[in-house]
Amino acid sequence: MKETEISKHTISVLVDNESGVLARVIGLFSGRGYNIESLTVAEVDANAHQSRITVVTSGTPMVIEQIKAQLSRLVPVHKVSDLTLAGPSVERELALVKVIASGEKRVESLRIADIFKARAVDATNDSFVYEIIGSPEKIDAFIKLMEPLGLSEISRTGVAAISRGTLTM
Amino acid sequence: MAERILSGSEVVLQALADQGVEVVFGYPGGAVLPLYDEIFKQNRIRHVLVRHEQAAVHAAEGYARSTGKVGVVLVTSGPGATNAVTGLTDALMDSIPVVCLTGQVPTHLIGNDAFQEADTTGITRPCTKHNYLVKNPDKLARTMHEAFHVASSGRPGPVVIDLPKDILVGKAPYLEPGQVQHRTYNPVVKGERSQIEEAMEMLASAKKPILYCGGGVINSGTQACKLLTEFTRMIGAPITLTLMGLGAYPASDKQYLGMVGMHGTYESNMSMHDCDVMVAIGARFDDRVTGNLDFFAPNSQKIQIDIDQSSINKNVPVDIGIVGDVGHVLEDMIKIWKAKQYKIEANALDSWWKEIEGWRSKRCLSYKQSKDVIKPQHVIRSIHAATRDRKTYITTDVGQHQMWAAQHFGFEHPYEWMTSGGLGTMGYGMPAALGVQVAHPDATVVCFTGDASIMMNIQECATMTQYRLPIKTVILNNRYMGMVRQWQQLLHGSRYSESYSETLPDFVKLSEAFGFTGLTCDKPADLDDAIKKMLEIDGPVILDVAVDDKENCYPMIPSGKPHNEMLLAQDTSGDEAIDSDEGMVLV
Repeated sequence: MKETEISKHTISVLVDNESGVLARVIGLFSGRGYNIESLTVAEVDANAHQSRITVVTSGTPMVIEQIKAQLSRLVPVHKVSDLTLAGPSVERELALVKVIASGEKRVESLRIADIFKARAVDATNDSFVYEIIGSPEKIDAFIKLMEPLGLSEISRTGVAAISRGTLTM
Repeated sequence: MAERILSGSEVVLQALADQGVEVVFGYPGGAVLPLYDEIFKQNRIRHVLVRHEQAAVHAAEGYARSTGKVGVVLVTSGPGATNAVTGLTDALMDSIPVVCLTGQVPTHLIGNDAFQEADTTGITRPCTKHNYLVKNPDKLARTMHEAFHVASSGRPGPVVIDLPKDILVGKAPYLEPGQVQHRTYNPVVKGERSQIEEAMEMLASAKKPILYCGGGVINSGTQACKLLTEFTRMIGAPITLTLMGLGAYPASDKQYLGMVGMHGTYESNMSMHDCDVMVAIGARFDDRVTGNLDFFAPNSQKIQIDIDQSSINKNVPVDIGIVGDVGHVLEDMIKIWKAKQYKIEANALDSWWKEIEGWRSKRCLSYKQSKDVIKPQHVIRSIHAATRDRKTYITTDVGQHQMWAAQHFGFEHPYEWMTSGGLGTMGYGMPAALGVQVAHPDATVVCFTGDASIMMNIQECATMTQYRLPIKTVILNNRYMGMVRQWQQLLHGSRYSESYSETLPDFVKLSEAFGFTGLTCDKPADLDDAIKKMLEIDGPVILDVAVDDKENCYPMIPSGKPHNEMLLAQDTSGDEAIDSDEGMVLV
């Protein structure tokens, strides 16, 4: 890979679930001028008080190495794993998409939702809220199709990711 | 072991004592009154009262850098904590181990905009290695011990512990340091053996090797400095030190090329530019060292040893990056070099040294003496000569005088040179000297400063007097912010915008007002006597030396230029302007 080529990486970070830890991670990115494309965080081990942060970021190979090294030296960080380099991984995101429309547009949005296996989780005479789960690309595609059909609001969770196969953090 | 239940303040003091703390630099206030009450009741830990919280942190830095121990600071909430921020940032940039205890409003008031409340952990998060807010008394003792561990291990740095007043007043269990194990923070100290072997093989094949060493060697300890000297002599290669590394290798040694970087020596920068194998040891390729990165050591293979993985490949990509403590890695390097009976090819090394001698013969640090006006470089050299037989520690402020001190005062041992390198904090020198003199009451402590820098923490004169700290403060007084003036001359068409010291105090009267001696000197012929008198006085002295106000600090790599385009004093007799737009943009 060229030294100047910018690529997207999904990085998983196992941290102590203590106050301020998310601020440390975010502050590191903003303070050093790194990108955050998506960020999710939730506790994954209640007994050990550990949370998992998934960050999607982009940069040159040198910048990505820096990001990982900088994350690793934060005191409450246990482990940093670059899922993009570690091998194949699964990435999933959930989105709630509100479509306000009537007539043919309303029906068309239902048809497309069906193709994408999106569920209507709320319905009124004038609107639907669709729930869609999938890769970020799939969700992007769904949203694009909904645009002319009365798309009015989107809420996305950001990416959760994990390695395929037996590989663990 | 049964837990001992104490008051929060008692826990803090007990933890400090068990961590081997002898002295705390601080300033009281409402939120830390319980701690000050506890300090009053005991006599194991000495408290030094500074006159501004920034100075407390610099004093702790001076203490830490001159002893290798952790420096401890105690300040109150709100303004106490915010005043400490500059000092904390300084310690972070220069990797100095400091534990800073800050008071905080009681937990039930946090977030209510209470009197003297500030979001201390929020504010100090980017300027500390780590910080804590103690909300649970059960965690107080653990946090105290953990803070010392974090501050002093790995790449050292400042750690803040924010202590709400109710935690200090309430009960808390005490744990001994041995009962606390850190869960995550355990930095690698031993370097990867195969990488070290590979590095030694690369170095052995070099024709133009150079060792480029920084503050990491000093942070690793006196043993690491000894090993560095042993290794350097064993391989016969030239060595250069960064501003932070001065003293890690004896300046009088013939293999030493002087300091590297913007105001480093010609021979050192030329050797860095032309080398074929560079070994960076505890040095981080700072922009003040590298000059223009596009032209940095263009034909070299690079080996970097650093305890902080994020320092490797940050600014300059290296061929071999070894994560580990410099001392440990140097030990392995020596073993491997001996076992494999490596030797740098004698002919190649010989012609490399000949080339270097050619650069050396430029005598880049020379300056023209004058009968009428004192040259600032001469002041540094004269004081170096006058203190040679004493145990001497040097601190500086920031600017021209700092660079002249770095260039002209030969440092033979580690821990004797305290300067604000990374952050470049004017006002660092005098408070740092306080910390050094407290740690070494019988040593000679000299603070080199400028007429502008000294005004930034001038209130610390009162601390000097109170504790009878016999610090010798030498002002290289050119009535300018000299480095600002130099850049304005070279890069901004000699438009000296706001850099002239229009009104300076009479430093003799000022010294007398604070209760110690002030001396002045403005003739070259009187300088030695003035220095002698200053050193003989058994107490604090400010020596105000009027120096040549036109003198510029050379040699110099102008911003944005590579190492081999240094400006030398003899080439710039007229101090002509540097024609560089890129240079003007850079700091």
